[in-house]
Amino acid sequence: MRTLMFLLRKEFRQIFRDPGMLRIILIMPVIQLLVLPRAADYEIKNINIAIEDYDHSVVSQQLTNKIISSGYFKLVGYHNDYNKGYELIERDKADIVLEIPVDFEQKLIRNNSQDLLVAVNAINGTKAIIGNGYLSSILMDYNKEIRMKWLPPTRFNELPTIDIVSSNWYNPNLVYAVFMVPGILVLLLTLIGGNLSAFNIVKEKEIGTIEQINVTPIKKHIFIMGKLIPFIIMGLVVFTLGMIIAVVVYGIIPVGSMLLLYLFALVYLVTLVGFGLLISTYSETQVQAQSLTFFFLIIFNLMSGLFTSIDSMPHWAQIITRFIPLSYFIEVMRMIVLKGSHFHDVAYQFTILIIMGLVLNTWAIINYRKTT
Amino acid sequence: MDKEMVIKADKLTKRFGDFTAVDAVSFDVAKGEIFGFLGANGAGKTTAMRMLCGLSKPTSGEASVAGFDVFRYPEKIKKNIGYMSQKFSLYEDLTIKENIEFYGGIYGLTNKQIKDKGTELIDMLDLQAEANKLVRGLPLGWKQKLAFSVAIIHEPKIVFLDEPTGGVDPANRKQFWELIYETADKGITIFVTTHYLDEAEYCDRVSIMVDGKISALDTPSGLKKTYNAKDMNEVFFQLARNATRSGD
Repeated sequence: MRTLMFLLRKEFRQIFRDPGMLRIILIMPVIQLLVLPRAADYEIKNINIAIEDYDHSVVSQQLTNKIISSGYFKLVGYHNDYNKGYELIERDKADIVLEIPVDFEQKLIRNNSQDLLVAVNAINGTKAIIGNGYLSSILMDYNKEIRMKWLPPTRFNELPTIDIVSSNWYNPNLVYAVFMVPGILVLLLTLIGGNLSAFNIVKEKEIGTIEQINVTPIKKHIFIMGKLIPFIIMGLVVFTLGMIIAVVVYGIIPVGSMLLLYLFALVYLVTLVGFGLLISTYSETQVQAQSLTFFFLIIFNLMSGLFTSIDSMPHWAQIITRFIPLSYFIEVMRMIVLKGSHFHDVAYQFTILIIMGLVLNTWAIINYRKTT
Repeated sequence: MDKEMVIKADKLTKRFGDFTAVDAVSFDVAKGEIFGFLGANGAGKTTAMRMLCGLSKPTSGEASVAGFDVFRYPEKIKKNIGYMSQKFSLYEDLTIKENIEFYGGIYGLTNKQIKDKGTELIDMLDLQAEANKLVRGLPLGWKQKLAFSVAIIHEPKIVFLDEPTGGVDPANRKQFWELIYETADKGITIFVTTHYLDEAEYCDRVSIMVDGKISALDTPSGLKKTYNAKDMNEVFFQLARNATRSGD
């Protein structure tokens, strides 16, 4: 235990003496939490629309106004030539072309129905689908308005409609940040735990100090613990900073227990630091360690459920996510912060993370060789 | 038995794939001796030394250091030896005092021992003014002396020095050897590799390695007599002339 104390004292001295390290620990969480939830928003705005109005009637004018005033669309072209609209799509200036045919108003009144053409640029799939959805709902809405106006009010509505009223639980206003912030907090811990730790032992290999350690009678598990603990403490500091930002800036006050959150953060950090240390026992240089962690962290991030829902992944991908510690912690963070889940709700994830942590750290200790 | 042997090597061999870095070397080193290990670059000096330190597992042969078998008890050997590698291996971002404290602590010295040893060491090296400065800023000659002192902070039975004076100027090399003599006087056995042939004269006995094998082992005067040479340079060139391995 005394040896461990000397190791820790040395590690912390080195950390506090490295201005780059301190900046990473203090500034990274602030920047990421302030920028990412605001910038990486799922809500699609500024969809460029070109309207080809062959009708030039009052109705077509009203419809155009309604689309533009919705706030989602930006009018980039207004002509009466479909080819011009198509050209705008070709030049990537427009995302959607709406064609309003000749005699739109008249036919609408006379025939009680009229077709509109919507052409969507599907290169940016999300934007296309969502833009199309917005436009459709605006058109439906407009359709209803016209009916209300033109059809005489009857006692019984001739067309029964089902009105769906949905209520969004746990995030009533569908605020994007509420969904994102807990996830980004996990991302931060991943970077601190998995990335910084991976470089640590390798750095000692590169400068040669590891030889001097290996020739001492130090026990392998003590050495690994001496590397593990500083990163866990740093991770918890970052987590605390992140929680403060979540509360102060976004007003996200965890519904569930703070103690449970910290317990999970601790277990998660042990797992991730173990992962980082394992990588550093396999790498000889910092470049190698960097490439390896980059490879894994990209997969971890994109498959963790942070940005895309795991439930909508194909089955084989869902199996892969089962091996990604990030996916468990993100799930749990959202459950505890937004729903206020209790320990028994998340006991499964807790057990899995503990097992992963044990495996990774034991592996790192075994693979760290004092004698080659 | 007139002398106690602290290092015994018998046909010690290390192979890396097809390459035999150290080829069945046998030698004994007596307690308190300054044992020089000479050889060109790539001759296998460092590999042999790393096996004796428990850093590298021998492929075959036998060896014991401080009474412990290198195969079975590398960690027990590590308690009894000091080691100074070719690369400077103190922490450059720690101060002199912090390095002493760290290595003292790792070797299990008590706080009082660390404090006393630290003061003694700093006084001996005349580093009082630098004690609280980062090691990074020290000149190379001082760094090497400091590294040596830290390597023997736990008063080991044997200290292994791997080209300790590489790149150091003559004046500092001389001071370094004075340190080595002081240490040997305390009964600590010195095992030192070098490619400075004048330094070979300072050793009690010298072994010369060529292509992974020991081609000569005797006192410097004995070697000069055998090879009818006026100095160690001549001895070395006669032996190394037939080397097939190029330097690295």
